[in-house]
Amino acid sequence: MAYQWNWGVLFAPSPDGGHTYLQTLLDGLGVTVKTAALAWLIALAMGLVVGVARTLPYRKVQAATAVYVEVFRNIPLIVQMFLWYFVLPELLPTRAGDWIKQLPDASFYTAALAIGMYMSARIGEQLRAGIEALPKGQRNAGLALGLTLPQLYWHVLLPNALRTVLPTMTSDCLNTIKNTSVALTIGLAELTAQAHAMQEFSFQVFEAFLTATMAYLALNLIVIVVMRALEYKLRIPGRAVGGRAAKGGRA
Amino acid sequence: MTDFDLQAIVDALPYLILSGLRFTLLLTFTSTVGGLLLGTLLAIARLYGGRLLAWPATVYVNLFRSLPLVLVIFLIYFILPYALQAVTGAERPIVLGAMGSAFITFILFEAAYFSEIIRAGVGSVGHGQYAAGSALGLRHGQVLRKVILPQAFRNMLPVLLTQVIVIFQETALVYVLSLTDFLGAATKIAQRDNRLVEMYMLVALVFFVISFTASRGVRALRARIGA
Repeated sequence: MAYQWNWGVLFAPSPDGGHTYLQTLLDGLGVTVKTAALAWLIALAMGLVVGVARTLPYRKVQAATAVYVEVFRNIPLIVQMFLWYFVLPELLPTRAGDWIKQLPDASFYTAALAIGMYMSARIGEQLRAGIEALPKGQRNAGLALGLTLPQLYWHVLLPNALRTVLPTMTSDCLNTIKNTSVALTIGLAELTAQAHAMQEFSFQVFEAFLTATMAYLALNLIVIVVMRALEYKLRIPGRAVGGRAAKGGRA
Repeated sequence: MTDFDLQAIVDALPYLILSGLRFTLLLTFTSTVGGLLLGTLLAIARLYGGRLLAWPATVYVNLFRSLPLVLVIFLIYFILPYALQAVTGAERPIVLGAMGSAFITFILFEAAYFSEIIRAGVGSVGHGQYAAGSALGLRHGQVLRKVILPQAFRNMLPVLLTQVIVIFQETALVYVLSLTDFLGAATKIAQRDNRLVEMYMLVALVFFVISFTASRGVRALRARIGA
């Protein structure tokens, strides 16, 4: 009893509505992209805050953000997702908790928030390393010129440090996309979930997962090409951008 | 808000640790050892294998690194029975079960990441070392075994250990195969006793304490060997 290949199954009607299995997978791809995009925005925004806060000359701010980073880095993403999705509504006052549970698209927003916060700890640490790697003279020169702290970061430190960490941002962005698949555990109908559903209904295991695999590879490729172009566009002529290989942070 | 029930945690602890955490640690250990072995072979194939070996190894590594682990867990769980059937020429697909499939998945998946770490580690050993080894009359394999790899492993030790912590956290994803790892065991108790809050907070705390302590250890090691 060998496996029966049938790529035509992609165009067969899927039981989840009046469209084909291919459309089901494309819907999943759309959810994956949407979730990753929102998560990426959250990760960038919070990562920027964390990275800057970690390097500010205030002990208490440094300590508080260090705790933030350690908490989000040392708990598995799936567990963090369960905490946001199952535990947080129970800890809030009953009415607030009920309101959250009844939100439409709760799993979408929870997933984006959980992945965004999880990635923000990593981006924050890289940005901190990027800022600390700058020559001390830059900070001192800025302060000596009478720049305020916000001006120093905005005009001197961040433009330099952000260019340094840009190459590692590519792998962070790829990890954000890959991490969206964890959200199937809280019921998000993203690409992996849809491939799983397709094999369950059609028994065409290979076609379902190979199509999903191709879609992930294509997404990766697009991100890499876009980030390369961005690095090229933002480069400062004559200044080599030293990118360290990024490690960790995936699911 | 539900009342936090500490007793629920105490009652569940033996099961959570002896069944759940034990499996999580076993899976972490197996994927580390198996992943390192396969990863070393992949790295050697890419570095010294010539085009014939380097190309498939590169495809393997980049493919696994491009895919989400959750997808790979499903992929291997559903496809492995057919693959085994094809290899052994059996009449029917050979079903390994969720646990065996999880072990195989993690070894195959982590090998791709380990091979990249090892490749970088070998690259960190100066080229003069290889030249000196050859000049002393060592054969290619001997230079690798006795000169390059020992130094490379020392240089990459902190990164390797950090990867073990990453794997420890990633094993929680076998939840999607309904296995009784630490998270799976906690989920079973949580659903039986309606104690989601207590169980998931405990899981988070235990993962945090172990990962945090281990990463502090890696940091101390990094400072000591000056890597």
